[in-house]
Amino acid sequence: MKIHEYQAKGLFEAQGIPVPPGDVATTPEQAKSIAEKVGKPVMVKAQVHVGGRGKAGGVKYCANPKEAYDKASQILGMDIKGLTVKKILVTEAVEIETESYVGIILDRATKKPVMMVSPAGGIDIEEVARETPEKIFKHHIDPILGMQMHEARKLAWNLYDDGKLVNQAAKIIQKVYQTYMDNDSSLAEINPLITTPEGKVLAIDAKINIDDNGLDRHPEIEEMRDMQAEDESEMDAKKAGLSFVKLEGNIGCIVNGAGLAMATMDLVKHFGGEPANFLDIGGSSNPEKVLNAMRIILRDSNVKAILFNIFGGITRCDDVANGIVSAVRELNPQVPIVIRLTGTNETEARKILEAVNLTAVSSMEEVVKTAIDKAGIAA
Amino acid sequence: MSIFADKKNKVIVQGITGRDGSFHTKQMMEYGTKIVGGVTPGKGGQKFEGVPIFNTVEDAVKVTKANTSIIYVPVAFAADAILEAASAGIKLIVCITEGIPANDMVKVYNYLKGTDVRLIGPNCPGIISPGKTKIGIMPAQIHKKGKIGLVSRSGTLTYEIVYNLTLAGLGQSTCLGIGGDPVIGTNFIDCLEAFNEDKSTEGIVMIGEIGGTDEEEAAKYIKKHVKKPVVAFIAGRTAPPGKRMGHAGAIISGGSGTAADKIKALNKVGIPVAEIPSEIPILLKEKLEKAKKKAKPKKKAASKKTKAAKKTAKKKAAKKAGKKKAAKTTAKKAGKKTVTKKTAKKKTAAKKASKKRTSKKK
Repeated sequence: MKIHEYQAKGLFEAQGIPVPPGDVATTPEQAKSIAEKVGKPVMVKAQVHVGGRGKAGGVKYCANPKEAYDKASQILGMDIKGLTVKKILVTEAVEIETESYVGIILDRATKKPVMMVSPAGGIDIEEVARETPEKIFKHHIDPILGMQMHEARKLAWNLYDDGKLVNQAAKIIQKVYQTYMDNDSSLAEINPLITTPEGKVLAIDAKINIDDNGLDRHPEIEEMRDMQAEDESEMDAKKAGLSFVKLEGNIGCIVNGAGLAMATMDLVKHFGGEPANFLDIGGSSNPEKVLNAMRIILRDSNVKAILFNIFGGITRCDDVANGIVSAVRELNPQVPIVIRLTGTNETEARKILEAVNLTAVSSMEEVVKTAIDKAGIAA
Repeated sequence: MSIFADKKNKVIVQGITGRDGSFHTKQMMEYGTKIVGGVTPGKGGQKFEGVPIFNTVEDAVKVTKANTSIIYVPVAFAADAILEAASAGIKLIVCITEGIPANDMVKVYNYLKGTDVRLIGPNCPGIISPGKTKIGIMPAQIHKKGKIGLVSRSGTLTYEIVYNLTLAGLGQSTCLGIGGDPVIGTNFIDCLEAFNEDKSTEGIVMIGEIGGTDEEEAAKYIKKHVKKPVVAFIAGRTAPPGKRMGHAGAIISGGSGTAADKIKALNKVGIPVAEIPSEIPILLKEKLEKAKKKAKPKKKAASKKTKAAKKTAKKKAAKKAGKKKAAKTTAKKAGKKTVTKKTAKKKTAAKKASKKRTSKKK
C-alpha cells in the first residue's frame, strides 16, 4: 500500500528524522494559515499517488501566505493523471545546497534489506541506476542485528566529505532503517535528502510503501489509505477475502489459487481472448465467496462471459457449485457462464449444477476455448 | 528415493486442533504420513485422532522424537512457530500459513541460514513423495509414484500440472510447493540440487511465476550443475506491472520479474518453457527420450583415453542434440514465429559454444 508524502514524512519525523516544518491542507485558507505559521516562503505540493507531480504543475513555490492561498486554489481540485488533488502539503521552502538519495528495499535475491544511497539525488533513482550506476552505493543489512552506526556512517561518506554532514546523514540513514522495519515497509526513501547553506541535513521528499501483509498489525497506517487511488472493485474484493485485479478484456475469470488464476489468464490470451480480471477465491470454498466474486465481475460491463476454473483440493467442488447456483439465482447474470471443475467432490458438484441447467467440463483448455467462443457470440 | 521427505519423517502438527490443522492432519494420516503428535498451547495432555497434543514443540520433540513439523497456526503466530520448531530441534519445517509480513520472514530466514534446518514455505502447499509421505495440503489422489521431480511457487497450479503428468503416465518422485512469498526458506536451486542428486528422479519440472529473479538464478544453476532434463512453466505472462497477483511475491516491480525475462533466461540455457500447462508432459517426454539417446554416445566417449577428447565429443553430442531438437520442434509447430525463434536460439547457442571454448582455454 502507498501512503502520501506528508504521511511518510510523519513516520520519518516520529523516528527523529529532520524535515522542514509544514502541514497538510485541504483548503486554500488552511494553506494560507500554515504559510503564516511557517513564517517563511513555502512550497505547496499536491498529495496524489502518481509520479511527476512537479511536471504536471502540482508543486509550486510561494513567496508569502497570499501566494500560498492562490497557488493552493490552483492546485486543489487539479487533475493529475486521472487523480483529483484533494490534499496539499504546505512546507517551508528551504534553500538547497546539495541533493542526495537515501532508500531501503528488500533485496529478494539475498533476502536482506538493502540500503542504497546516492549523491545524485532529486531525480528518479531508477534513472540513476540506468544512466550512472556507479553513483549508487549499496549496503545489505543483517536484519537480526539491525543497522549499525558504522554501516550508516560508511554509506554517508559516499554522500559528503564533511564529517559534520556525515554524522547527521548517518543518524538519518539509521533512522530510515528503523522506520522501514517498525512500519512493515516494503520501501522507504528520502529523495532528496538535502544540505542547506547553514550545514543542516534535511529530508525534503519522502516515500514509504507498506507490505500488505503487515497492515493487520498497523491499523493506524491502514487508516492512511487514500480510497481515491484505489479501484473500488479491488477494495470490495479485498473486504470479501478475494484477490482481484481488474484488466481490460471481456472474459471474467473466477479461479481458486493465485498461480492457477494467472495461468488461466495466460491461457485465455494464448487462445486469442482477453481476460477481464485476475481473481483468486482462495483456499476455502465458502459459497459466499463465489457469490461476491460473481457480483464484482458482473459490475464490469465489458464482461461478455464468465469462466470458472476450479481445481478442487481443500476447495471442494460441490461448495463452489452451491455458490454458483446461489449466485445465478440471486444475480441472474445475462452473460454465459462456463465452468471447469476437477477434483474433490466433482461428481456431486455436477449434480448441483444441473439444477440451474449448467454443465461443467473437466479440462482447463476446453473451458477457456468455450468462454472465448461464447464471449465472441455475446459481443 | 525422494527428496527432503520420505517414510522416515516423524511429523508433528503445530496448530493441530485448528480448522485447517485438524482437517489436514486426518488427511495426512490417511495417506500414511507418520504423524506422531501435535502442538496447541493450552491443550497439552489431550489427544487428537489418537496422537498426543503438547503445549510446546520442545515437549513434543522430547516425547515423540519428531524431526519434522508442519505449521497451520494463524498468521500472527506463524513466524514465531517456525522459530519455536527450529529451536526445539526440528530439522524439516513446512509452513502452510499465508500472509506473514516479509520483514518477519527476513529475520527468520537469516536466523535459519547456516543451521541444518530446512524450511519449506511459508504460503505453500507442502511436500509429497507419492507412496511414502505427504506433509502438506495437496489432494493426494492426483499424484502417482514415479520418477519426475516437481518444484513450484504455486498451489493449485501445481495440482493442475501434477494431474497432467499423472494422466500422461509420468509419476512423481517428490512434488513440492516452495511458496508464493518473496522470502521463502527453500528456493528453486535447493530443490534442483536435491533432485539432481536423487537417484530416483529422472526428470524435473519447475513451475515459476512473475516476481523476483529466482527463476533466472535457477536457470544459471541448471546450466552449471543439473544433468537431468528440466522443463519449465512460468505463470503470469499477461500480468500487468505493479500489481500483486494474489501471491505476495507475484509482482512485477521496477520492470523486473516479468515472465518474458524468466522465459528468456530459461530458454537461453536450453530449458523449454511450456506455453500452456498441457504442453509440459509432451516436452518432458521429448526431453527424457533425448536424454536416454544421449546417454549412449556418452559411454563411447568415456572409453577414449584423453580428457580433451572426452570434452570435444561431449560438445559435439550436445550440439547435435541441440540441432536435432530445433528441427523437431520446428516441424511440429509449423508457423513463422517459431521458425525465427529457433534460428535465433541456434545463433545464441553457437555464440555460447564459442565463448565456452575461449574461457576454457584460459
